[in-house]
Amino acid sequence: MRKTMLYVRQHWQLYVFFLLPALLLTIIFRYLPMGGILIAFQDYNPIRGILGSRWVGFKYFQRFLSSPDFLRYLANTLKLSIYGLLWGFPVPILLALLLNRIQSAGIKQKVQTVLYLPNFISVIVLCGLVRILLSVTGPLNHIMGTQINFMTMPGAFRTIYIMSGIWQGAGWASIMYTAALSGASQELREAAIMDGANIFQQIQVVEWPAIKDMVVIQFILQAGNIMSIGFEKAYALQTDLNLSTAEIISTYVYKKGLLDGDYSFSTAVGLFNTVINVILLIVVNKIVEKMNDGKGL
Amino acid sequence: MKKVKFSKMSLSDKVLLLVGYLLLALFVIAIIIPIIYIVIASFMDPITLQNSGISFDLDKWTTTAYERVLSNSQIWVGFRNAIIYSVVFTVVSVGVTLLAAYPMSRADFKGRGLFNTIFMITMFFGGGLIPTYLLISNLGLLNSMWAVILPGAFSVWNMIIARSYYQGIPAELREAADVDGANELTYYFMILLPVCTPVITVLALWQFVGMWNSYFDAMIYLNSASKQPLQLVLRSILIQNQPESGMISDMQSTAARAQLAELLKYATIIISSLPLLIMYPFFQKYFDSGIMVGSVKG
Repeated sequence: MRKTMLYVRQHWQLYVFFLLPALLLTIIFRYLPMGGILIAFQDYNPIRGILGSRWVGFKYFQRFLSSPDFLRYLANTLKLSIYGLLWGFPVPILLALLLNRIQSAGIKQKVQTVLYLPNFISVIVLCGLVRILLSVTGPLNHIMGTQINFMTMPGAFRTIYIMSGIWQGAGWASIMYTAALSGASQELREAAIMDGANIFQQIQVVEWPAIKDMVVIQFILQAGNIMSIGFEKAYALQTDLNLSTAEIISTYVYKKGLLDGDYSFSTAVGLFNTVINVILLIVVNKIVEKMNDGKGL
Repeated sequence: MKKVKFSKMSLSDKVLLLVGYLLLALFVIAIIIPIIYIVIASFMDPITLQNSGISFDLDKWTTTAYERVLSNSQIWVGFRNAIIYSVVFTVVSVGVTLLAAYPMSRADFKGRGLFNTIFMITMFFGGGLIPTYLLISNLGLLNSMWAVILPGAFSVWNMIIARSYYQGIPAELREAADVDGANELTYYFMILLPVCTPVITVLALWQFVGMWNSYFDAMIYLNSASKQPLQLVLRSILIQNQPESGMISDMQSTAARAQLAELLKYATIIISSLPLLIMYPFFQKYFDSGIMVGSVKG
């Protein structure tokens, strides 16, 4: 104990100057809101505050869990992220394998620059672009000679969301696989070619071993994040008519809470989402730990 | 990759490779076509655009859309705010994160385990939207730029990245500084930080682009028009179909206003995306190395 005190006195700068700003921000903006979760168990009244509001136990959780909306929004959330993962996950790997087969360094770099470009377009501009291209008078309808309003079709929402996500993000996500591939053994490749291995066999013995660990870890990490699918893009692609598939838990929490002012109910729904997410993350972390020689995240 | 002559490959390999290149080319085209389309369409005259789509008849090209968007003050207010928020956020965020990473990188730092736990918990669990909103409101930060900047300023993930970078710096540097009698602050600012510019650049770029492109916090915390960052201005034009009234109000008919509003979207997309897209090739190598910094530790 005395040794610790002495250390702190000698190294006070480490605590006060280096660590304190981050610690204060964490306590104020991360830990204080955790206390606010209590309002999920109250009939929260902003005038009375947390201390003066009436406790109602699990009333709001019951209301949400027993409403028909619950299953729909949970299903929408899960479908959007799981389909997004299944469709979107292989694309960056494929892109990296293809990039790796381009023999001219100059062409490869130009292709990479184009592939990474959409990553720097904002969510709003991406969704604006999608709305323009798919609008009733837009180019897609012009080409097909139709007048389909894709943005109001509930059946089109997930396809639009996932495809635009691949358009924007797959190139960028391929960077790490490309980097891992550059570490693939050249001797092994030459030996494989000498032995007359075809491209599939080369990938099997040379490229796949170089990226395998990264593929597995990335997949598990993304699978762990299926409940934390972002608010911004889903909200920007919603229209009044596609909500039956486009409403996900995070957009529902925003609308119920901040637009309708139903604070307690919205907090309860948000907490439900967070708890599932935490469980997923812990499971995922355990799996990664096992694979990664005991080193978690 | 070692070059293999295409002519020496087997037939099935040739076919496979060609199909692969074709797929890659299709993906590249799928990225480029919409961008080119938007650029060309932004120069169209609104009636032509609605009736027959884009045209390569240069007589029909006009810069009306750009003039109207650029002469609108709200776009400039948005740009100004986006620059202020992104710069302040980057400075505060990278500053706080780099500072905190230093004690956390030292094996002798007492309390490291405790602080690490405090930080890590926030990566898994949080209060959620409403409790955070109520806190910001109780702190009197509603409609203040600090509501957008402070809550996300300290990033645990970036702290971990900076920490592992510090730990990769050879210990001899530290020992040399100790011999010279440098204190903690002198060592940190004069010796350690100067050799960490790659990681500092990467974190700064991430934070800048992240703030520049986001809209959610600004949407819920900032309600006066004079505080809106660019993305919120874009949102009214592109998503809500509500261009700033000054942009279209001089048109006589509703139909003409609607056509013009549609055209303005194209110019708005170009004008708002240009700064980052121009900047990006210059910073590409930093971003590329950044993704490695991020993934290596994973």
